[in-house]
Amino acid sequence: MSDAENPSEFEPVQVFPETEEMDLRPGADNCYKCTTCDTACPVAEVDDGFPGPKFQGPEQWRLKRKEDEAVDDSIMSCSNCMRCDDACPSSVPLSQMHNTARGEYVDEQMDKLSREYLRNRILANYNTLAMLGSKVPRLTNAVMGNSLVQTVNEKLLGITGEREFPEFAEQTFREWWEERGGPQVRSEEKRVAYFHGCYSNYNTPEVGKAMVRVFESFGYEVVVPKQRCSGTPMFANGMLDDAKRAAGINAENFKGLIPEGYDIVASCTSCSMSLRQEYPELFDIDGIEDVSNHTYEAVEYLRIHEDLRGAVADATVSDQSFAYHAPCHARNQGLDRQAVELFRELDGVTIEDVGDSCSGISGTYGWKEEKYETSMAIGEEMFDHMHHAEGDVGMTECPTCSMQMNHGTGYEIKHPLQLLEEAIV
Amino acid sequence: MPISEDVLVVGGGLAGATTALAAAETGASVRLVTYKKSTMRFASGLIDILGYTPDGEGPISNPYDALASLPEAHPYSVVGEEAIREAFGLFDEVAGDSYLGGHTDANALLPTHGGTVKPTARYPKSAANGLASDGRDALLVGFESLTDLDAPLAADHMAAAGVPFSVRGVTLEFPVELRADAKVTRFAKALDADENRARRRLADAVEPHLDGAERVGFPALLGDEHGEEVRADLSATLGVDVFEVPMGPPSLAGLRLEDRFFAALDEAGVRISSGNPVVDFETDETGDRIEAVFVDRKGQRVPYHAGQFVLATGGLVGKGIDSSRERVEEPIFDCHVPHPGDRYEWSDADAFGDHAFARFGVVPDEELRPTGSDDDVEFENLRAAGGVVGGADFAAEKSGSGISLATGLVAGRNAGTEASQ
Repeated sequence: MSDAENPSEFEPVQVFPETEEMDLRPGADNCYKCTTCDTACPVAEVDDGFPGPKFQGPEQWRLKRKEDEAVDDSIMSCSNCMRCDDACPSSVPLSQMHNTARGEYVDEQMDKLSREYLRNRILANYNTLAMLGSKVPRLTNAVMGNSLVQTVNEKLLGITGEREFPEFAEQTFREWWEERGGPQVRSEEKRVAYFHGCYSNYNTPEVGKAMVRVFESFGYEVVVPKQRCSGTPMFANGMLDDAKRAAGINAENFKGLIPEGYDIVASCTSCSMSLRQEYPELFDIDGIEDVSNHTYEAVEYLRIHEDLRGAVADATVSDQSFAYHAPCHARNQGLDRQAVELFRELDGVTIEDVGDSCSGISGTYGWKEEKYETSMAIGEEMFDHMHHAEGDVGMTECPTCSMQMNHGTGYEIKHPLQLLEEAIV
Repeated sequence: MPISEDVLVVGGGLAGATTALAAAETGASVRLVTYKKSTMRFASGLIDILGYTPDGEGPISNPYDALASLPEAHPYSVVGEEAIREAFGLFDEVAGDSYLGGHTDANALLPTHGGTVKPTARYPKSAANGLASDGRDALLVGFESLTDLDAPLAADHMAAAGVPFSVRGVTLEFPVELRADAKVTRFAKALDADENRARRRLADAVEPHLDGAERVGFPALLGDEHGEEVRADLSATLGVDVFEVPMGPPSLAGLRLEDRFFAALDEAGVRISSGNPVVDFETDETGDRIEAVFVDRKGQRVPYHAGQFVLATGGLVGKGIDSSRERVEEPIFDCHVPHPGDRYEWSDADAFGDHAFARFGVVPDEELRPTGSDDDVEFENLRAAGGVVGGADFAAEKSGSGISLATGLVAGRNAGTEASQ
């Protein structure tokens, strides 16, 4: 007799046994194929050969249940912007599926001696590259800016020669931090551990300095634990082993601070995204949930814990106008409107959101020779809106978005923390 | 309490957006918190008041005349006719010249992508030449890879429904080569940018099939930012009017409406936080007033304070009402949602029958404050708007968007007025 005929006797049973392995089935089952994710995907919008996030995630996952089904190589064209996560009305963990599939593809299907693998490995480990390069910043800048080197990079490695390599600062953020003697404010109650990431350490230490000064002005004790790359470029290139190593070191160095009352703040929205979402989604590491639950983006942290709105409303800065772009990873953390909401109340400042399009660079994606054109095609809308905006200085939280904004418009790009420093410190 | 407003609206659909606009009009400071992208993008873009009575009679020609026949518990009966009229006034202001239908109280009849004819109060200008009351013969055009509109089938349906004109459907290949499962947004982009002279080539492909048709309908994908231009170009080449047929999700007409509403919210100074769900709340000592709601930031609970709160999280589909095997509930504030104890009474055996679940929702008092099983308000400063309010089978009545607008207006205005006092 069927359950429908005798409903009172029907009881659900556990159909699928508990498993120790990562099981994305519940997420895949939540997909009812509304295809909203596909309409939100910036790559699918410009690349007619790219099957969108619905295929890369739930559909590919289902196909693979039948074994022997290889991951489709189009997974490497996903830029890991994670917009699909935000678009899905059903909370399907799309980016987690993509990260998992990409990791498997690189592990099992990519030739480890290929140029693509080597290039991706180098890009994914920008951390190492930057550490070496910044030891002799002037020399590195001269070499990397050399057009011959750029051509060699493109021909030999497949790193586009169209972009100018970001300059290394003459003094890294950590060198500055040591030189000033660490924290200038001590507090038992208000404590944060700063995750500066690679870029504000090696390339834009002014962002890190602004973070420290702003937080100290609110009475926070800031500490700067040793750290590795957050892992963002590694996820995006399917280098999950590298990412797990970095995550392990970061978890180890930050988790002990949490019981002492520290929260973790990041100035780069991809770093905060990584610690907060990707770490616990992808890795089973001791303390990683704790790290995730205590990680915030820097401005967000102040909005939650301090009267930041009041402080900004009372301040005045010299007249300046900004064209603000919200990074995709900020969007996914619900931070996309934060900077505009805050600074439109700041005397002297005009700020305009340049729309919800993706900048197109997506970290290392736009650095790949074969992805450069796609990257610029995605960015077209943002460039256009920036040109039409009143502001002639760009603003964003993401280092690579800022590279793209500068590359497409020639504008100088600032981080919100820099304007905050100017306003309230 | 750093994040604090006069009014906090939970939900970013049509009801939430309307609530926030109405509250902002009172001068209150307003924040709208929404978990996901607005549900407006899933909607056809047609804005209804009332198409059928709860008994299934219709299509109704004048929805305002039919209001008196609605049951006392219906959201329209709670807010009254004047509020509905004002809410549609607010809608007309937001939609501007992109929408038509406001010149009359009567319903318009619009063809849908399923080939049915739908009574509705407002419709996108791009759909205007498709009116079913228009006697001109029509041709519907669908595209090979776009299964959402099967034009010959939809045309047959319309003919069977007895429309006063002849209608045929034809399926063509889109003139720009797109991937097999390209989405409406991709089609729209190709037409917006006129890739490979897409507009001209599309018109040329349609032309041999005209055969006396005086107007041509396409799925709603005729451009996004330059829709008006795309329609004008097609129309000029074809020598007849063109129109868009409203479609299912993801819907361009819905996306365009979402853009309008969010631009209006920005204009009104409403603060918007999106991307994270409201999961909990706290009250004062009495337990009668909500002091803050908590937004879940992947493990962190961030408090958002306000003087007044409005719940606009949608119904069963929007997840503002949830159900388990045991009960039906409103998951944030656990407001009372009346429902039969036996879950087999929640639905009717007939798929198109009279389902109890369709009317599940919170029970509002005259100020749209949810009430408990004892008829007392759940919280002094909580109101509800849109699909989370029970008492109407909006899918059967074709009343969903009108209820969202009208309850949004009343809840938002009351919350704003009370907060500013």
